[in-house]
Amino acid sequence: MDIKRYLNLKSLLALTGIVGLSFQQVMAQAAGVATDTVSKTDGLGKTVGYYLILFLLICVVIGIIGKVLHVYELTKQIQGKKEGIAWNKVNGILFAVTLVVGLYGAYWCYTVQGAQILPEAASEHGLKIDSMFRITLVITTIVFVITHILLFLFAYKYNYKAKRKAYYYPHNNTLEKYWTVIPAIALTVLVLMGFFTWRGITNISSDQMKSALQVDVTAHQFAWEVRYSGKDNVSGRKNYKLIGSLGGLNSLGLDLADKHNYDDLKVTEIVLPVNKSVRFTLTSQDVLHSFYMPHFRVQMNCVPGMSTFFQFTPRITTAEMKVKTNDPNFKYRLYCAKICGAQHYNMQFAVRVVTQREYDKWVKEQKPIVTDDMKKEYQLAMKENVASKENKIALNN
Amino acid sequence: MSTIAIPNSSAVHHDDHSHEHHKETFLTKYVFSQDHKMIAKQFLITGIIMGVIAMGLSILFRIQLAYPDKSFPLLEVLLGKFAPEGRLDPNFYLSLVTIHGTIMVFFVLTAGLSGTFSNLLIPLQLGARDMASPFMNMLSYWFFFTASAIMLSTFFIESGPAGAGWTIYPPLSALPKAMPGSGLGMTLWLVSMVLFVASSLMGGINYVSTILNMRTKGMDLWKMPLTIWAFFLTAILGILSFPVLVAGIVLLIFDRSFGTSFYLSDIYIGGQALANEGGSPILWEHLFWFLGHPEVYIVIMPAMGIASEVMSVNSRKPIFGYHAMVYSLIGITVLSFVVWGHHMFVTGMNPFLGGVFMITTLIIAVPSAVKTFNWLATLWRGNIRFTPAMLFAIGLVSFFISGGLTGIWLGNAALDINLHDTYFVVAHFHLVMGSAAIFGMLAGIYHWFPKMFGRMMNPKLGYLHFWLTFISAYLVFFPMHFMGLDGVPRRYYAFTEFESMQKWLSVNVFITWAAILGAVAQVAFLFNFFYSIFFGEKSTQNPWQANTLEWTTPVERLHGNWPGEIPTVYRWAYDYSKPGHDADFITQITPLSETMSSNLPHDFEGNEEAERIQERWNIDHKSVDKREEVK
Repeated sequence: MDIKRYLNLKSLLALTGIVGLSFQQVMAQAAGVATDTVSKTDGLGKTVGYYLILFLLICVVIGIIGKVLHVYELTKQIQGKKEGIAWNKVNGILFAVTLVVGLYGAYWCYTVQGAQILPEAASEHGLKIDSMFRITLVITTIVFVITHILLFLFAYKYNYKAKRKAYYYPHNNTLEKYWTVIPAIALTVLVLMGFFTWRGITNISSDQMKSALQVDVTAHQFAWEVRYSGKDNVSGRKNYKLIGSLGGLNSLGLDLADKHNYDDLKVTEIVLPVNKSVRFTLTSQDVLHSFYMPHFRVQMNCVPGMSTFFQFTPRITTAEMKVKTNDPNFKYRLYCAKICGAQHYNMQFAVRVVTQREYDKWVKEQKPIVTDDMKKEYQLAMKENVASKENKIALNN
Repeated sequence: MSTIAIPNSSAVHHDDHSHEHHKETFLTKYVFSQDHKMIAKQFLITGIIMGVIAMGLSILFRIQLAYPDKSFPLLEVLLGKFAPEGRLDPNFYLSLVTIHGTIMVFFVLTAGLSGTFSNLLIPLQLGARDMASPFMNMLSYWFFFTASAIMLSTFFIESGPAGAGWTIYPPLSALPKAMPGSGLGMTLWLVSMVLFVASSLMGGINYVSTILNMRTKGMDLWKMPLTIWAFFLTAILGILSFPVLVAGIVLLIFDRSFGTSFYLSDIYIGGQALANEGGSPILWEHLFWFLGHPEVYIVIMPAMGIASEVMSVNSRKPIFGYHAMVYSLIGITVLSFVVWGHHMFVTGMNPFLGGVFMITTLIIAVPSAVKTFNWLATLWRGNIRFTPAMLFAIGLVSFFISGGLTGIWLGNAALDINLHDTYFVVAHFHLVMGSAAIFGMLAGIYHWFPKMFGRMMNPKLGYLHFWLTFISAYLVFFPMHFMGLDGVPRRYYAFTEFESMQKWLSVNVFITWAAILGAVAQVAFLFNFFYSIFFGEKSTQNPWQANTLEWTTPVERLHGNWPGEIPTVYRWAYDYSKPGHDADFITQITPLSETMSSNLPHDFEGNEEAERIQERWNIDHKSVDKREEVK
């Protein structure tokens, strides 16, 4: 029983025939259903056919080249030479070429595309991250270049020669110790630096936490709700079950029994005073989102049912950054970095860093998040609540 | 060595019955086969088909990224309402990304890679007639096949395939209201993955028991080729970590269908507050990544094993530091269980824990570095034959270096703050896990194709395939690092909404065309593969002059592998170009007594009698030499 038996020309032709017929039928059906789309897809077959023919042409050319090479090698063989084309040599040379071109390509990317990456960190902890970044970049680039030079040069230099015998070299413990210990030391240095940087960013004393400007961010599909904590610098309580209460006005689920809510401010852009610590408290109403402000080297996921935090100090105002980046349109941005649904790619929010004076002026203009309408609804609801309670008592009697 | 007797006795048993088994039907030979070689081929061909599909999906979303404002009527013809007006629907875009990742990671690089080469090589390289449990082996394939069919079937349901990313973080994956891709498509995804894990466990248990119990006489653990070591440790990793994913999936199924709150809390969606309270999505992340991180080593370790073997054979040199290679694999295996938290630095996990995971993560770079340097040392002063397999093995080393180095960035919690979930991550894992592992798999295919089909693949098409793929992979993934460094998040449907991302649009066009080039290059491979199965040049028994046992079996590929007795193993697998020997390879079944001229003191492993015999031989021989010199 051999599968090859099924592969004669006849059965192949039959198979193509069946496939072709069924395809035609499907296409005919599709055409019947979608007569109105015909105009849209008009000429589509031509375009697809064009690319198909182009592709087949390339295949034919490659096939011809292959045959030519084959014939060349055969004639060489007839002439009694062992190998027509020294493919080992060809591939070795290709590795050498790849090394040179590849290193230049990497250099090109570093300089041209590297120039397009984020500007210097606009936050204080970001400077530490940037210096970590530079050290890691230098170390990894050196290793990248050296190992690739070795890899491709060895491939080029030691390609097969019938007369040569390879060097029998099964192990060398000293050498192996070196290349265990040296990476270990380099990594220890990186680990320690990284660990302390990370702790410095995330491990904040409770005094610092309290003195920072408190901003509360709630993410949902597909927008950000931001409130400032107001005069008392404490954000009021929220409860997801209250979302949509107060006649639909309570979009954040603020618990109006908590006094801290009344001075909280609703904002439509994040405005931060420069050189002042700010603490973001993050939550989500539905799925995971990620609070990502790359210019400040800030990212933290927003998790439903759990608050997460990120505290940092901006150090460059938007105006200064415009000068530094030489870009009059420069803006800080807040993105969503965790897949959250169809509009994940468009969850933006404006961020601006200003001087203390500008900030004080701006903050005065912001409206409280608890509007008068909400207060009225709340009082009405409380009254009803009291009334229903009294009713119940009455009924019980 | 109590294990030695078992394969021999079963061999005798097999020989007794072999005449009765000759009546094979198409069904038992090609479909419900219990022969490990046929199962390997089934895994391979299914894996290749899944790989081609997943690659096609990536081209679809790459077109969207390159031309976000352009309409392609062809897409509407092909995809219907998933691409209204010839533009991909944002939800369908996410589904494409999700299914591309799922298929590539699990169906191609886990089942397609481990399933193929563990099944093929474990019995052949260890000297066994078949797997410990051939029936379970067959079941493993059919579970995998069913899982694949279910995964692909989600393209034909109304709400479309799962769309929450291959990591399917809840609540997005738990709430059908959050996106269409979390409806029936997600249910089927979960069912498919449970079947997949069952398949992978059956395979893994089989691999481990075969390796531990069915090695031929003389094949002690330290004589096993590195491929077998890699498959062995990979199987252990899979057995220990995949069940945790199933646990997580079961809890997710409960949350989705039975109203529990393992992952859900405080959710307001679709104008309604859900009753679920007290759960945490972080729990899913822990369970997922407890598998998810070992998974990336499940993907790369077999590729490393294959590359080690291929590089040693084609450099005509022993692999440098065999013991160090094994210990580094063991080190990677152990450490891979304690690094999963580096996927969660900024998820709200306790930041102190993040610091700990950072330390364990960067430690795992040490065994990886050792492996890289050992490969370089293997090439040094070799006599390198550039077979297509060798090219792909060298490509693997290059990708592993490039992608591995960026792991040092991402493993650093402080740097990860700004790189997490950006294109930098995409570039990193596509190089180190995607490209490197695929190259390992391709190296394996080119190398063991003669063993699987008795024919050779066309080397020239192989060269073309390698160079186009190698170059296009770098063109695709290298620029992505810089997008990530500019803070461009991944899984974005279009870059058009942010002014700051506009500058990357032209780069996206470039990447897409490089990806198309890479995809077209695979046609060279596919043609070569399928054509050579039937019409390729006939292979000889040992076409690469390799030492390992599989090349001592006949080209005809018998059920039971060796026609007579299973050969005995006398030496390790890497005696290439040994000084004093006339040929540049000595197979594992050549006794030391036949190679007196090349034996080294180390070869006798402390057997004093053998050492004495060798010494005597040396003295006799030297005196002969001297006499000849005098003459």
